Amino acid sequence: MLIEMIPELGHFALVLALLMALVQAVVPLAGAATRRPLWMAFARPMAAGQLFFLLVAYACLTASYLLDDFSVANVANNSNSLLPWYYKASAVWGNHEGSVLLWSLMLGAWGFAASCFSRDLPSDMLARVLGVMGLVSAGFLTFVLVTSNPFTRLLPTPPQDGADLNPLLQDFGLIIHPPMLYMGYVGFSVVFAFAIAALLGGRLDAAWTRWARPWTNVAWAFLTVGIALGSWWAYYELGWGGWWFWDPVENASLLPWLAGTALIHSLAVTEKRGSFKSWTVLLAITTFSLSLLGTFLVRSGVLTSVHAFANDPSRGMFILALLGITVGASLFVFALRAPRVSHAVSFSWLSRDALLLVNNILLVIMTVTVLLGTLYPLVLDAMDLGKISVGPPYFNALFVPLTVILCVFMGLGPLSRWKAMPGREMARRLALSGALALTIGLLAPLVYGGEWNLWVSLGLVAALWVVLPLVRDLIDKSRRSGSPVAALKRLSPAYWGMVLGHLGLAVTIVGVTVVSNYNVERNVRLAVGESASVAGYDFTLTELGQQRGPNYMADTATIAVSRGGEERLFTMHPEKRLYIARGMPMTQVALRPGLLRDLYVAMGEELGDGSWALRIQYKPFVRWLWLGALLMAAGGLVAVVDRRYRRRVKARSGQSSGDQGAAHLSAPREASA
Amino acid sequence: MKRRLLLVIPLLVFIGLAGLLYRGLSLDPSARDSALLARDFPAFSLSSLENPEASYDASLFKGEVTLVNVWGEWCPTCKQEMPQLLDLADRGVRLVGVDYKDSREKGRAFLEEFGNPFEVNLFDPEGELGFELGVYGAPETFLVDANGVIRYHHTGYITPEDVTETIMPEVRKWQ
Repeated sequence: MLIEMIPELGHFALVLALLMALVQAVVPLAGAATRRPLWMAFARPMAAGQLFFLLVAYACLTASYLLDDFSVANVANNSNSLLPWYYKASAVWGNHEGSVLLWSLMLGAWGFAASCFSRDLPSDMLARVLGVMGLVSAGFLTFVLVTSNPFTRLLPTPPQDGADLNPLLQDFGLIIHPPMLYMGYVGFSVVFAFAIAALLGGRLDAAWTRWARPWTNVAWAFLTVGIALGSWWAYYELGWGGWWFWDPVENASLLPWLAGTALIHSLAVTEKRGSFKSWTVLLAITTFSLSLLGTFLVRSGVLTSVHAFANDPSRGMFILALLGITVGASLFVFALRAPRVSHAVSFSWLSRDALLLVNNILLVIMTVTVLLGTLYPLVLDAMDLGKISVGPPYFNALFVPLTVILCVFMGLGPLSRWKAMPGREMARRLALSGALALTIGLLAPLVYGGEWNLWVSLGLVAALWVVLPLVRDLIDKSRRSGSPVAALKRLSPAYWGMVLGHLGLAVTIVGVTVVSNYNVERNVRLAVGESASVAGYDFTLTELGQQRGPNYMADTATIAVSRGGEERLFTMHPEKRLYIARGMPMTQVALRPGLLRDLYVAMGEELGDGSWALRIQYKPFVRWLWLGALLMAAGGLVAVVDRRYRRRVKARSGQSSGDQGAAHLSAPREASA
Repeated sequence: MKRRLLLVIPLLVFIGLAGLLYRGLSLDPSARDSALLARDFPAFSLSSLENPEASYDASLFKGEVTLVNVWGEWCPTCKQEMPQLLDLADRGVRLVGVDYKDSREKGRAFLEEFGNPFEVNLFDPEGELGFELGVYGAPETFLVDANGVIRYHHTGYITPEDVTETIMPEVRKWQ
């Protein structure tokens, strides 16, 4: 009885969550405006209640999937009784309705986390922050309930079995990619809420930025991992060995990442120096707006292919309205309340302030570049100038030089000081690093590839120019007092976070550069017993077979790999699967990963006479792409544990409440400051 | 006051962007091939699914309003669409199928299982005709008038409502 009602229970819980979100939005904001403590106190319990009911709703949908309840339209369209249980559980977010539900659940979770970890915020600030998050949440939950209800039933005659999960999504990478990405997207709602709360409360001092910084870092780290997972998935699942295609969906995730990266740096300036106030608020609004825009682009079908999402134009309209209200209203508040832009410059043009300003300008230019490239086809179409697609040539032509320029300033940044820095000292500290970066970068292609390659040299010089000054700085710092280990231990987590983040970008740049220039790809035709040689490795097809999986049939190949005429090193097993329920063929790539190179074999078509088309690739340094992203994400997380974000807790245990403001203003001196 | 105006710029930029997105939404993505409308059906020369020796070309469409449906055995949505196509055939509409990127055995088995509303099934294993028609996938449906001119295009699955609300009125309009 109860089991049959699960979808209705979930639906009901979703309605309750919406109501709580509405209360969380309206009452605390009104309370903060009219200074009523009781009203403001509604924020926290509502955030908890909303998360609880969202969890119930989500659990109900998951249960419907696990129990194969095909009377639920969402389950019938995206699952199948043959699907393994873990794919049933992840199929929940492998479709439109479920993924917006996951989005809302995460928004609820971030709101709840904000209410837990900000106990020492002034109560009106907390009320406004949670109120703004409640507003966003109410908007999304209305969207789910009105246009994308995941609990819709197919009654009275439910189908016998489901249509199955898209085979592309039946994969480990796709189990964790969307949640990571959404955690990043949605996580930026916290810094957004802080910015709006600060605007509303007229408290645009350094304090809000200190509260907002750890949230921004965590959201950014999730987004970084999410993007990397997406790229990794495209690499091994799509079967072409590409890792970034500049398609609209990828760009949609890159946009908030670029803006978020700018935001992280701008928050640092506002916190430490009190400058760039309006700019930082604007970036916080922009970053979350781009997250919403990404959701809009992906979910509305404006830019994706017809067969994917275009079934319901009302959804696109609803998200656009949501986007318009959220972003329009916050930019309106910004126009009214932001502090006037001051033209007084309180730093010299060679200082950390100035370099971070340059960083921000460059990152914003990159964001606009990607945004234009993504929307340009839409602009042309909207003006009836025809349909075109903007491809990698545009993005590479602009993005690569911008990244190189960014790297030039990244080398200077960490060594500079706030306010002013004598040029001579800067030159002295950078001379050796610069010389080394140039020498190694220019010579390395000769050693590795045998002939000089401009692009590889450029990439390596840029990466080394980012890393070597950091190494130099660490060496300097370790010499400062006592034993090197003790000196390094004294450095703050914020500093280590910066080092890891910059190192990560350098590692990614090396990966991109090397794999783009030294990639070897061959399409061969092999019958059993024949072999092909690619980049010094000999690939011999030793066996063809067939195999049956839980919900697919597969043609399999066994390929022995050897090198330089020696005996077999290892074997690889690519597959060509046919998923039964959808009749959809899929390539299962065989990969031999390594830190310095991947070997990549994908099966193409059967060519008759017992031979197969195989695509064999040698991909040097490709792992560095994702390794770098992981380092960046680790950097973002390490910076969060910095003492100064937790200092308030100690201050609070000392004194009950009242003047936390004072506690925040006395920032401890950090090694990185 | 002048400086305050600077702070309005982001709002104005966003309003422009939102207007663009609104316009983008109202563009029908399935209208992408409007170029094909009011044009002659593309030239082709294909055998039929039933008879590998037969040869058909665009003259197949002369003389009678015809609904051309692109389908394939590999396409699950096509299976759901078959009852509507059988219904259309019962209503006296002439249907021609294009078996797109399929094999003969699979295509024939499909028709045996789900019924055959088509007068002829053009066999297009390489997807040549599909390419000429700008087909993204299956099912897609084209209405061709008695002079062999494409008059209407339907992307995706034809629902039972589509049969009465859009397809039949279009057929009558061009008869």
